[in-house]
Amino acid sequence: MAYALVAVGYSLVFGILRLINFAHGSIFAFGSYMVFLFYSLGVPMIPAILIALVLSGLLAFGMDKITLEPLRKKNSETITYLITTVGVSFIIQNTLSVQYVFTSERQVFPSTNVFPPISIGNVTIQSSQLIMFVVALILLVILTLVVNKTKMGLAMRATEQNSKAAKLMGVNVNRVIAFTFFMGGASAAIAGALYSGYYQVVYPTMGYLIGLKAFAAAVVGGIGILYGSVVGGLVVGIGECLAAQYIGSNVRDPMAFVILIVILIIKPNGLFGKKGITKV
Amino acid sequence: MKKSSNRILSTFESFCYRFRYVFAVLFLVLTFAVPFMGLSMVNIQLLTLIALYAMLGMGLNVLIGYTGLVSLGHAGFYAIGAYTCALLMTKLSVNFWIALLLAGVFTAFIGFLLGLPSLRLSGSYLSIVTLGFCEVVNMILKQWESVTNGNYGVRGIPKPTVFGFQLTMFNGWLLVLILLLMGITGVACLAMRNSNTGRAWRAIKDDELAAGMMGINTSRYKILSFVVSAFITGIAGGFYCVTRDYIEPNNFVFNTSILILSVVIVGGLGTIRGMIFGAALLQLFPQWFRFLNEWRFVVYGLLLVLMMLFRPQGALGWRSTQPYHLSKYARKMLADKGEPEAPQPPARQ
Amino acid sequence: MSFLDAKNITMQFGGLTAVDGATFHVDKGEIVSLIGPNGAGKTTVFNMLTGVYHITSGEMTFEGQDLTKMIPQDIVKIGISRTFQNLRLFPKMRVIENVLVGTHIRNKYNFWDSLLRTPRFRREEAEHTVRAIEILRSIGLDHLRDAFADSLPYGEQRKLEIARAIATDAKLILLDEPAAGMNPAESAELLRFIRELKDKGYTILLIEHDMSVVMNISDRIYVLDHGKMIAEGLPQEIANNPRVIEAYLGGVQKNAESD
Repeated sequence: MAYALVAVGYSLVFGILRLINFAHGSIFAFGSYMVFLFYSLGVPMIPAILIALVLSGLLAFGMDKITLEPLRKKNSETITYLITTVGVSFIIQNTLSVQYVFTSERQVFPSTNVFPPISIGNVTIQSSQLIMFVVALILLVILTLVVNKTKMGLAMRATEQNSKAAKLMGVNVNRVIAFTFFMGGASAAIAGALYSGYYQVVYPTMGYLIGLKAFAAAVVGGIGILYGSVVGGLVVGIGECLAAQYIGSNVRDPMAFVILIVILIIKPNGLFGKKGITKV
Repeated sequence: MKKSSNRILSTFESFCYRFRYVFAVLFLVLTFAVPFMGLSMVNIQLLTLIALYAMLGMGLNVLIGYTGLVSLGHAGFYAIGAYTCALLMTKLSVNFWIALLLAGVFTAFIGFLLGLPSLRLSGSYLSIVTLGFCEVVNMILKQWESVTNGNYGVRGIPKPTVFGFQLTMFNGWLLVLILLLMGITGVACLAMRNSNTGRAWRAIKDDELAAGMMGINTSRYKILSFVVSAFITGIAGGFYCVTRDYIEPNNFVFNTSILILSVVIVGGLGTIRGMIFGAALLQLFPQWFRFLNEWRFVVYGLLLVLMMLFRPQGALGWRSTQPYHLSKYARKMLADKGEPEAPQPPARQ
Repeated sequence: MSFLDAKNITMQFGGLTAVDGATFHVDKGEIVSLIGPNGAGKTTVFNMLTGVYHITSGEMTFEGQDLTKMIPQDIVKIGISRTFQNLRLFPKMRVIENVLVGTHIRNKYNFWDSLLRTPRFRREEAEHTVRAIEILRSIGLDHLRDAFADSLPYGEQRKLEIARAIATDAKLILLDEPAAGMNPAESAELLRFIRELKDKGYTILLIEHDMSVVMNISDRIYVLDHGKMIAEGLPQEIANNPRVIEAYLGGVQKNAESD
């Protein structure tokens, strides 16, 4: 289910820009770190998550404004966007590792990789998974509502289908995209907090593998389609469990990619993906 | 300003072109002089890495720079080449030269298989599949312990020999070998680029549909591109394994793929000069900026981002200012027909 | 048996019928024009003929060979080549390289020949280069031979598309609005060039909006409206055909309303 949460973020951005945001995994880690940071500074859990949510959203927003918007102005090739997000991902991920080594937190938590368990009443670890599930559903419903019912959502869908036409109709395309990045970043922060709460760890590269797998999940479900991401997340998650059980625990991690490759070869646009007509 | 820089570039390019054979001979002489130059071990290692990554860059460039297919999983090919070569040598005691060739051929075969999905997937989807491919290769290396030794890696890789003479890092002859391999790869890439094959690749990159309408079998050329790219990368992998005593799965991870990709992008997509420059820059960078400590990688990411913002074509990614080169045959044929060789203005009526 | 023969060809996209049972033929050595209001389905016909779309029903043959099941690559090989309404050059390649891509299918040397630069490679490559230069000279683009395609002005890009189509050694050339974006002097020159092509033995099927071009050059004209062939005949017959006039004027009125 954690995959579904992260996958939604990928899906949002890809849906509009046709761009794989490689920095998404690091923003996920960043969100988790921020929660950890504010929590250890004495901020209660829920406000800490909210602060992290806003900060991650702003981070993603800033990334789009500073690095991607100039590229859009120049009409750059796809690969430049791709490399840029990889670069941003490097920056975030490694800044996290640097900060982690040098800040005083290290003394406060001698076992550096332990995330304090989320304490809502006296619940056990199992319930953190339950929370993850519920939050993912709520988040999905909220995002679906935003995309389908609000004016901003309408602008988002218009931009997705034809950004030039949307621009001519008075849609501020750059603002729409920046807003999408903000939402993607915020959802990544929530996912990060919940993930860390469940596994009780936080480390700079935590976003890498889960980011890749979540992306696989998003593609499996048909990227750009929000409920597809959730189904994709479930398919990948269940596939991993089955593989771990019947083949061996070691095949767990790459299972997402095996599923991905198989699905893409059978259905190049994912399970729920749409196909376009070639125009000449 | 722009005009004058263009003129300098043009003079420089025609100079390089006129003396290309001189440069080639110079390169060969310098290459074979390496073992006698008394370079320090550190420098030998650095130069070897630069040449190796230039070669890896050239391999990936065939795919991205020529055909426009973005692979994020070249570490997978690199690993297959290295492991094939290492395992053939340690387990079956195959001679290095044969093992190297087989490593290339086997990697090319895997490239063929990975090329198949490229027929149905485009753009980002293909990138993700290559990325997944790299992860799957890594998993196989870790899990298939009876063959690959798992996380422990392959150890005791022998050094190549020529008539009983051992090529090692220490005596500098391995550096000679990789410089030669890099040189051959570079020349071969240029030969492919300026031929039917290369034109078909570049046409696919520019406009796949139009390429198909010109009768180019796009499927075949896309797969060929994968095969050639994988072959070059496999050979580079085979070479890599003999520079070390052992190899392990962690030598070939996603970051390796990104490093190779960065060589291509930073140097200049679609060029050979760019691969060498990019490899040199990215290998020297960590050396020069050692004082940055952990910030090094942050700066590295920053470099990529700034590069994309201000010079997306790469450091040396300029377009040739030279006229299209007419071969001797073509010039003769034109002369035989009594037609001028130089471009002619349109006839006005 | 005509050179190119299309019987009742139909193209449906979902519920929309873009081309509805069109029947036409082109004889060897002719210049035939296909005209009609915007959205009549003219370019769709080209896409059907060149295998971009798989036709829903109907028959198409070229020199007796069935085109309906062929893929674009094979259609070029049997001698049909085209240009595009929205230019589709290879922008990052040189002008001459664009034309050389056109000669691609006439290449007989293989991958290894090019890698090893065998005499066969050198000879064939030289032949194609010379041929490319000749084509460029005939269309008046040779002075731009070394330039990159994306640096060309619009009109020259159109010419380059035609040059590239000729380089495939096609017998039938489909031109999709070749005069679009050209000034009167340029389109007059284009007219002359198309006539020259005819004299050299090429057959041409043309989509064009510029009536001065169409009326001057065509041997025969077909008129397409809403996916149906509404008229066929010599230029002067078409000019006086009431149905054609209605289709065009009706189109104008509709445009006026929507504006």
